[in-house]
Amino acid sequence: MSQTTIEQEAPQAPPTKRQRQAARIAEAASGSIRWMLLKILLLAIVDAIALYAAFVLVTHQEWLVLGVVLVVAVLVNWIYFSRRRIAAKYLTPGVIFLILFQVFTLLYTGYIGFTNYGTGHNGSKDQAISSLMASAQERVEDSPTYPVTVVERLGTLGLLVTDPDDGEASVGTNDQPLQDAPDATVEGGRAVAVDGWTTLSFAQVISRSSDIEKISVPFSDDPNDGAIRTPDGQNGYLYVSTLQYDAAADTMTDTRTGTVYSDTGVGAFTAENGDQLLPGWQITVGLDNFVRAVTDSSIRGPLISVTLWTFVFALISVASTFFLGLLLALVFNNTRMRFRNGYRILLILPYAFPAFLSALVWAGMMNESFGFINQVVFGGASIPWLTDPTLAKVSVLIVNLWLGFPYMFLVCMGALQGIPDDVNEAAAMDGANPWQIFRRIKLPLLLVTVAPLLISSFAFNFNNFNLIYMLTGGGPRFTDVSIPVGHTDILISMVYKVAFTGQTRDYGLASAFTILIFIVVAVISIVSFRKTKALEELN
Amino acid sequence: MSTAVSARPARRSVGTWFADTGWRHVVAIVVSAFAIFPLLYVVSASLNPKGTLTGSNQLFSAVGFDSYVRILTDPKNPYPLWFWNTLVIATVTGFVTVFLGALAAYAFSRMRFSGRRVGLVTIVVVQMFPQLLAVVAIFLLMSTIGDWFPSIGLNTHTGLILVYLGGALGVNTYLMYGFFNTLPMELDEAARIDGAGHARIFFTMILPLVAPILAVVALLSFIGTVNEYVIASVMLIDPDKQTLVVGLTKLVSNPRYADWSAFSAGAVMAAIPVMVLFLFLQKYIVGGLTAGATKG
Repeated sequence: MSQTTIEQEAPQAPPTKRQRQAARIAEAASGSIRWMLLKILLLAIVDAIALYAAFVLVTHQEWLVLGVVLVVAVLVNWIYFSRRRIAAKYLTPGVIFLILFQVFTLLYTGYIGFTNYGTGHNGSKDQAISSLMASAQERVEDSPTYPVTVVERLGTLGLLVTDPDDGEASVGTNDQPLQDAPDATVEGGRAVAVDGWTTLSFAQVISRSSDIEKISVPFSDDPNDGAIRTPDGQNGYLYVSTLQYDAAADTMTDTRTGTVYSDTGVGAFTAENGDQLLPGWQITVGLDNFVRAVTDSSIRGPLISVTLWTFVFALISVASTFFLGLLLALVFNNTRMRFRNGYRILLILPYAFPAFLSALVWAGMMNESFGFINQVVFGGASIPWLTDPTLAKVSVLIVNLWLGFPYMFLVCMGALQGIPDDVNEAAAMDGANPWQIFRRIKLPLLLVTVAPLLISSFAFNFNNFNLIYMLTGGGPRFTDVSIPVGHTDILISMVYKVAFTGQTRDYGLASAFTILIFIVVAVISIVSFRKTKALEELN
Repeated sequence: MSTAVSARPARRSVGTWFADTGWRHVVAIVVSAFAIFPLLYVVSASLNPKGTLTGSNQLFSAVGFDSYVRILTDPKNPYPLWFWNTLVIATVTGFVTVFLGALAAYAFSRMRFSGRRVGLVTIVVVQMFPQLLAVVAIFLLMSTIGDWFPSIGLNTHTGLILVYLGGALGVNTYLMYGFFNTLPMELDEAARIDGAGHARIFFTMILPLVAPILAVVALLSFIGTVNEYVIASVMLIDPDKQTLVVGLTKLVSNPRYADWSAFSAGAVMAAIPVMVLFLFLQKYIVGGLTAGATKG
């Protein structure tokens, strides 16, 4: 149907050069000066933001991102100042968001899946080295006492340090090793102020003592020289790390035990016996995450059962909601029935109630010890609705039936009303009974209409995170597995848990799971779209 | 399927009545009870002055507004702020989504340009991968952006809205595209002959004509944003910044100690505006949802 209409709409022949010229002149003549000013104003705002972003990115030395920002800004200006590219003018704003937050994040997910990103591996190697050295710092026993003054510049705290031997002043921050400050003001052997820095008052030092304790100013560019730290904001002491970094050999040595940790290419300094110093750094690990997902039995086991349950859950959810919805639509498809509208409103209330609230309310009602269902409906029984592996799955399906049947009911009502009555009458004339009419005629006609909706409903339930997370939290937990997942977790909630809950966050593994889901969803979508030929309608 | 066509309704016997429509009422009543009982329960729990889950089990045993006062004034759970945050985020997302989607739908429906078919197919394909699947990448991206531009990074509403707008050209555009196609091209041509440019045609002529579908898409996007937990929970860290879904979920994360009636009061207040809007617009919503299907 839509195919024919679109063909009619499409221009019969491409416009000639003269026509295009005329169209452009009309376009230009019709634009009033106010539209023009508005356009220039909006573009000026966009350019100002781009310029500001460029400045910030220069200070962070992010050249690649800077390049992208500039290219996009130039492109936007070119599109909107051009008299042509009319389609691009309408598509650009949405496409920018689509590319940044859908396409890019998709590709980035792919990249993370091939890294060891996660707890203990979330920075560069340099960051890992300085963080390791800083965490292993110990005060040097016989270190002299350095009089210090806490200073601040642009929100960054620093220390103004006076050398007790020669009285020379120097200043530095966490990131900036001590530098000579010859023009510092000295009072009683202690440098108290220096140009360009604000000296903190005594009261400020007291109120920010926890921040001040964290200041650790490197003595020199070589991290092995140690750092000045001050416990009280008055006196500083030399702290030296018990770890020694040898840049030439690329090894870390623990000076107390003598253990040598070296970079063996696994993203952390590793001793010969396999001990690792954490934090490590982020490296590309190739297919490790995928290999781990399919070979490590404490991950493979839950992955398989979660995948199976995801399919079972999505299929049963679609089937149960559809059949209840269809049944109700058939029941209501009788014009002589009274209060039809009243019932209709009551029946669609669950669909109108925000879904996350429904799941939370049901979780409360199904609570084993205090919930309404056990306490009142079953008279004080303690049925483990959400804590028994099998019952929890049943509960999830019941709640999803409650959530989903109104939608199917509405859809089926609409579709049934779209089937003309004469089909019915003709079949009845030929001697078909009501069941035959339904089975052979109505259902096939109905399915033509609702099949695409069933597919999208399947896709929705395949990723129905809220229901699972808020009703059971994925529980009950699997015992003896290494990732925090449970019997009712579906793939998407498993990804969330691996990435964001528990003691360790394994972004790499979570992204590997995501890629697996992508593949599954893509295959299902392609197959189902082929079947329904939905894509063929786009012309 | 009618068995009593000839009999006049008023004269039907009970048996015929039951065979014809009576059993329908039985089914309807049973299913209606299933449908509304959790809602009755939450309303009753919200009116119960006792805070616990057990205390909420006797439906409408006590009626008072104590728990409403509690949830609105509890300093640990800034419910009014959550409500406000949700309202702002969902409203802005809804409006901008509709605007961006309508722009794109207009281009796809009215213009013929190279890459149009590919663009439409891309939108259909990309929308199959819900944004929440890429939540790890979104989190890392926003935390990096936050290092450079703190005002749109993690823990900001602006940042969250920007992420949501990544989905603006999804199913919405497709719905609107179908609706735009039902407007005859002759309208545009007439306006063009009268000297109107494409911008004027779009803003002053097309947009008012497609207002129903715009309302539906705005509402669907609004409800979708209100329900969105994954990205909001990862991005919004401070309790003062969080949305209703994040805050209320945290509130009942331990059912044994949760203030259940305060939660229910919060749920009722959060649900009523959405439900009223929904029931008000339900005919259009269902029409919009099935439009693509019934036309195919």
